[in-house]
Amino acid sequence: MANDKFTAIVVGAGPAGSTAALVLARAGHEVLLIEKGAVPGAKNMFGGRLYSHALNRIIPEFWERAPVERPVVRETLTLLHDGRSVSLNVRNLDWVSPPHHSFTLHRAEFDAWLASEAEEAGAMLACSIRVDDLLMENGRVIGIRAGEDEMFADVVIAADGVNSLLAQRAGLAGMASPRQVATGVKQIIELPSDVIRRRFQLEGNNGAAQLFVGDCTGGMQGGGFVYTNRESVSLGLVINANELRKTQRSLFELIEDFKMNPHIAPLLEGGDVGEYSAHLIPEAGLAMMPRVFGQGILVAGDAAGFALNLGYVVRGMDFAIASGEAAAKTVIQAKKHNDFSRRGLSFYQKYLRENFVLRDLAAYRRAPEFMENCRLFETYPDLITSLMAEVFTVSGSQPVHLFTKILSRVRQSRVSLAKLFIDGWRGATWL
Amino acid sequence: MALKRLSIEQLLGLNKFVVDDEEAHILLDKECCRSCITRPCTAACPAGCYKAEKGEVNFDYAGCLECGTCRVVCPLSDRAIVWRYPRGGFGIQFRYG
Ligand SMILES: Cc1cc2nc3c(=O)[nH]c(=O)nc-3n(C[C@H](O)[C@H](O)[C@H](O)COP(=O)(O)OP(=O)(O)OC[C@H]3O[C@@H](n4cnc5c(N)ncnc54)[C@H](O)[C@@H]3O)c2cc1C
Ligand code: SF4
Ligand code: SF4
Repeated sequence: MANDKFTAIVVGAGPAGSTAALVLARAGHEVLLIEKGAVPGAKNMFGGRLYSHALNRIIPEFWERAPVERPVVRETLTLLHDGRSVSLNVRNLDWVSPPHHSFTLHRAEFDAWLASEAEEAGAMLACSIRVDDLLMENGRVIGIRAGEDEMFADVVIAADGVNSLLAQRAGLAGMASPRQVATGVKQIIELPSDVIRRRFQLEGNNGAAQLFVGDCTGGMQGGGFVYTNRESVSLGLVINANELRKTQRSLFELIEDFKMNPHIAPLLEGGDVGEYSAHLIPEAGLAMMPRVFGQGILVAGDAAGFALNLGYVVRGMDFAIASGEAAAKTVIQAKKHNDFSRRGLSFYQKYLRENFVLRDLAAYRRAPEFMENCRLFETYPDLITSLMAEVFTVSGSQPVHLFTKILSRVRQSRVSLAKLFIDGWRGATWL
Repeated sequence: MALKRLSIEQLLGLNKFVVDDEEAHILLDKECCRSCITRPCTAACPAGCYKAEKGEVNFDYAGCLECGTCRVVCPLSDRAIVWRYPRGGFGIQFRYG
C-alpha cells in the first residue's frame, strides 16, 4: 500500500485522531492513522475524566464496550489553605444513569480501544512510527515523512497533540508561550475498590471527582485533582508554565507535598504508587488557537488548542473527539468536490461552530484571563477557609455576628471591596 | 500503613521506559545554558532531567516523560534545546496514562 494515496493521513491516535479516522473509515474512505507510541495510548495521560456527550453521539452507549472506570456521581471543589479546607460537594444520581454524564478512565486502555474501533471500521493503524515532517508541493501539504518513508494523501489531519510539530511545520501555529500552557503531573495510587468506595462514600461502582484550589500549588496559578478509578486513585497537580518559570520548587516535590497533605493523605493511606506521568495542557483557549486549516491540512484536538480549564471543570477530551469528527466531516465534504485547498477545507470552521467546540471556547474566552488572577490561588482560599473555620469555632469568647465576621476577615485579607466585587462579578460572568 | 514520600528516582523507577540507546531525542547546547541565569528547566522539568551542577547544566534524557515543559520554559529555547519526541516505539510507555 506504500505507494498508494490515502484520502487522509491522520497523525496521532489520541481521541482526536482516532475519532477522525473512525468517522472517515465508516464513510468508506482510505485512511491511515499513524501513532508514535508502540500502541495507541502509550504516550498519553490526563487527569481524569471524559465528559460523555461527544463520544456518545458517535458511538452510542460507548460505555457498554469501552474500558471506562467509574461514572462520576460526586463532584467536589475544595479550597485549601494551611490546615484548613472548605469543600463544596455536589452529588447527582442522574449523572450515573444513561447517558452517563462522565467517566473516569485510563488513557492507555481507552485510547487503544478507540483506535481499535477505527481499525474495525476499516482504518489502517500504524504504530511505533514518529512522523518527522510534512511533504509539501507548491505550498500545499501532500503527505508526511517518517524516517525514510514518505506517504501521500489528499489531506493530512494533524491530531498530534499539544506540542504539535505538524501545525508548526505547516506554518499554522507558532511555539506556545509559557502563559498559554500548563504542566500536569499525576500519580496513580493503587487501592482496593472497597477501600475507595468507603473513603469516598460511593455506592457500587460510582466514582468521585475532586478539584483543589489553594496552597497545593504553592500559591501558583493552577490546582490539584483527585479522581477515583476502579482500583486506583488518580492524584495530580496542574500548574501554569509561566509560574513554573519563576519557581524554585520542583513539580515532583510539589506533588509529593500534595500527596502528604493532611487533607489528602487519609484518602490514599495504604496505597501504592503505580505510575508517575506528566503532560502539557493548552490553557489559553481561543487566544492560542492556530489557523486550524490550510492547504491540504486540518488541525484537531490539543494541536489546535481546543481545551478549557475553568477551575471547576477541565475539558479537552470532548473537544478532541468533536473536532476529530468535524475534521472527518470536512474531508468527506471536500472529497465530493475533490477540493482540498484552503477554501475546500473551510467547512471545518462551520462544523466546529455547529458542534459546540468553537461555540464553547468563545463563550469562555475570558476564562484564561480570569485564571491569571493570583488572588484566586492564595488570598481567597485563605480568606474563605479562615472565615468558615471561624464560623464553626466555639471558644467561649464574645459572640460576633456573621456579617461582622465577614467584614473583619475581608479587611484582614487586605483585598479592597471593589476588587472583591470585580473578581466576583468576573467569576460569575466569565466562567 | 502511612504513605511514604518518594524521591524522583523512585517515582521514575515505577514507570516503564524503552530507552533508545542510539538516539537522544532532546539535545542541549551547554554553551547556551552557561549564559542562562535563571535556569527554569531545573525546577520545571517534572522528571528532574536537568540538573545544575558546578556551574553547568547536565541533562539526562533517560527519565523524560515527554511533556515538553522544558522547551516552553527555556528562555533560549531556539538555540539551547533541540526538542523532539523519541523515535517511534521508544521512550515512556504509560500502563495507566
Ligand atoms: C493533567 C491533565 C489533566 C487533564 N484532565 C482532563 C480531564 O479530566 N478531562 C478532559 O476532558 N480532558 C482533560 N485533559 C485534556 C485532554 O487530555 C486532552 O485535551 C486530550 O488528550 C487531547 O486529545 P488529542 O487527541 O488532541 O491529543 P493527545 O491525546 O495528546 O494525542 C496525540 C497523539 O499523537 C501522537 N503523536 C504526537 N506527535 C506525533 C508524531 N510526530 N508522530 C506520530 N504520532 C504522534 C501522540 O503519541 C498521541 O498519541 C487533561 C490534560 C492533562 C495534561
Ligand atoms: S532554561 Fe534553557 S538555556 Fe537555561 S539552563 Fe535550561 S535548557 Fe539551558
Ligand atoms: S520533555 Fe518534560 S520530562 Fe522531558 S526533559 Fe523536558 S520537561 Fe523534562
